[in-house]
Amino acid sequence: MSAVQTGAVVGGSLGPHTDRVEPRHKGSRTGYLLLLPGMLWLLLFFAVPTIQLLATSLYDPNGSLESGYAMTWHFGTYLDVLSAYRAPFLRSLGYAVSATVLALVFGYPLAYAIAFKAGRWRNLMLVLVIAPFFTSFLVRTLAWKSILADNGFIVSGLQAVHVLGPDGRLLATSVAVVTGLTYNFLPFMVLPIYASLEKIDLRLVEAGKDLYANGVTSFRKITLPLSMPGVVAGTLLTFIPAAGDYINAQLLGTPQQYMIGNVIDNTFLVQLDYPVAAACSVILMAAIVLMVLVYVRRAGTEDLL
Amino acid sequence: MSARTPALPRAGRWVADHVVMTVALLVLGYMFLPIFFVVLMSFNDPVSRLTYEFDAFTWDNWTNPCQSPGMCSSVVTSLQIGFLATLGATLLGTLVAFALVRHRFRGRAGTSLLIFLPMATPEVVMGSSLLALFSSVGLAGRLGFWSILVAHIMFCLSFVVVTVKARLTGLDSTLEQAAMDLYANEWQAFWRVTFPLVFPGILAAALLSFSLSFDDFIVTNFNHGNTITFPMFVWGSAQRGIPPQVNVVGTVMFLIALVLVAGGTLVQRRRAR
Repeated sequence: MSAVQTGAVVGGSLGPHTDRVEPRHKGSRTGYLLLLPGMLWLLLFFAVPTIQLLATSLYDPNGSLESGYAMTWHFGTYLDVLSAYRAPFLRSLGYAVSATVLALVFGYPLAYAIAFKAGRWRNLMLVLVIAPFFTSFLVRTLAWKSILADNGFIVSGLQAVHVLGPDGRLLATSVAVVTGLTYNFLPFMVLPIYASLEKIDLRLVEAGKDLYANGVTSFRKITLPLSMPGVVAGTLLTFIPAAGDYINAQLLGTPQQYMIGNVIDNTFLVQLDYPVAAACSVILMAAIVLMVLVYVRRAGTEDLL
Repeated sequence: MSARTPALPRAGRWVADHVVMTVALLVLGYMFLPIFFVVLMSFNDPVSRLTYEFDAFTWDNWTNPCQSPGMCSSVVTSLQIGFLATLGATLLGTLVAFALVRHRFRGRAGTSLLIFLPMATPEVVMGSSLLALFSSVGLAGRLGFWSILVAHIMFCLSFVVVTVKARLTGLDSTLEQAAMDLYANEWQAFWRVTFPLVFPGILAAALLSFSLSFDDFIVTNFNHGNTITFPMFVWGSAQRGIPPQVNVVGTVMFLIALVLVAGGTLVQRRRAR
């Protein structure tokens, strides 16, 4: 696609958006009626539950499901939880950060290739990126169990080149969990980066070349900064679900790899210790919100390069 | 492409052209490795239930997919929930999207936040919140089909709003005005002009909702009671060794998705021409 064409496409698709805020004059009541059912649903089944979760975390920890819980504003549960489950909390953050960085390292070149190098294969490659995303998450994660198995081709291969010792294994290690996490959330990284790369006006890159920038410089000074919105969106879309995931840790790891999601699942559904489980959920949510805010502020205001 | 050749050193150009593409193809390979294994394992005749290796080739899993007890009924449950959740979320979400784009109302910031937050919340938090709510009102013992459905509509809704809204914002509202100038009443203008134009966005939102609902495990796990969806079935059997028929369902889902996505791309390309 030539630069002029790209410019026209971008101009065409972006142009009308800017002045489109022209809400209809009439029937202001219709607006509320249209909003009502959907927003009521979100209020009842998202907002209220979140508040209930907060309340549950402050219930008297001595209560039980049968006897009921009394609201005692027991903030101590948070301290207990933080000391008891420090390792899974830190592991969740560590795994999620590793998976996000790996997804960025793998996903950026893929998005770049689709946007600029794929030519007429572009649509096919996009379909290939989206397709696994529609297949069962659990079935795909279980497939990694076969791939990383002790006598599978990857372990044998790594043993042959002495990266792994003769008894070395991948399954039931942190490597397996991070591999699974990276794999599961990679499309969330690729698609936003592709979307922002595709919008770049190639004339800018050409202008850089006219000013004697070589490929590396023009990538560093033009393409990369212009794709930052996609990178930020992609890292958030990968990090958030990865930090809360427990399927990969459960299926590909052992209790030594358990993340905070496994703890929440277990305390809520097996031990039925609601206040502790709720406190874990609230801390996870708070940690994510905090990290996201810091990250967005960093990526938004400071020039990264 | 050839126009910018002189500016780039030849080595740099080769790197840019080939290394990036090679890395990209390797990454695609990483993304398809599990799919390849799912397809492969769907033809597996395992020696024991706990095996994750390919033992012997068989057609049996494909000819008798329901041999695995409970699997087909779990697929049916997932299809029912997926269908109803898609219907509910698409309907409610489309209405919200129309309100957001076409109407003036108070509390826009709060509304946007309430739509955005469910997409930014980890599923484990959403699932456990709902369970906390249901049990606080004494429904913990009655969870099942209805609670899964309620939860699925909830987390699909935001995605529908965002998808339909994107289509609606790109739409030229002068077309409706033109229809009204030609004496179409508001109802006619909506059904004859606006709706057909927004329909691809609504369809995309519905497909997205269905795949989100059909594949959901985490939120469902907290609120399923005794109802077994397909992901719940897979999870339950993963502890005891998964039946190879599960891979048949995985393969079929993959093929359907591939056909739908490819078909959609083709239709889009034909429209663009």
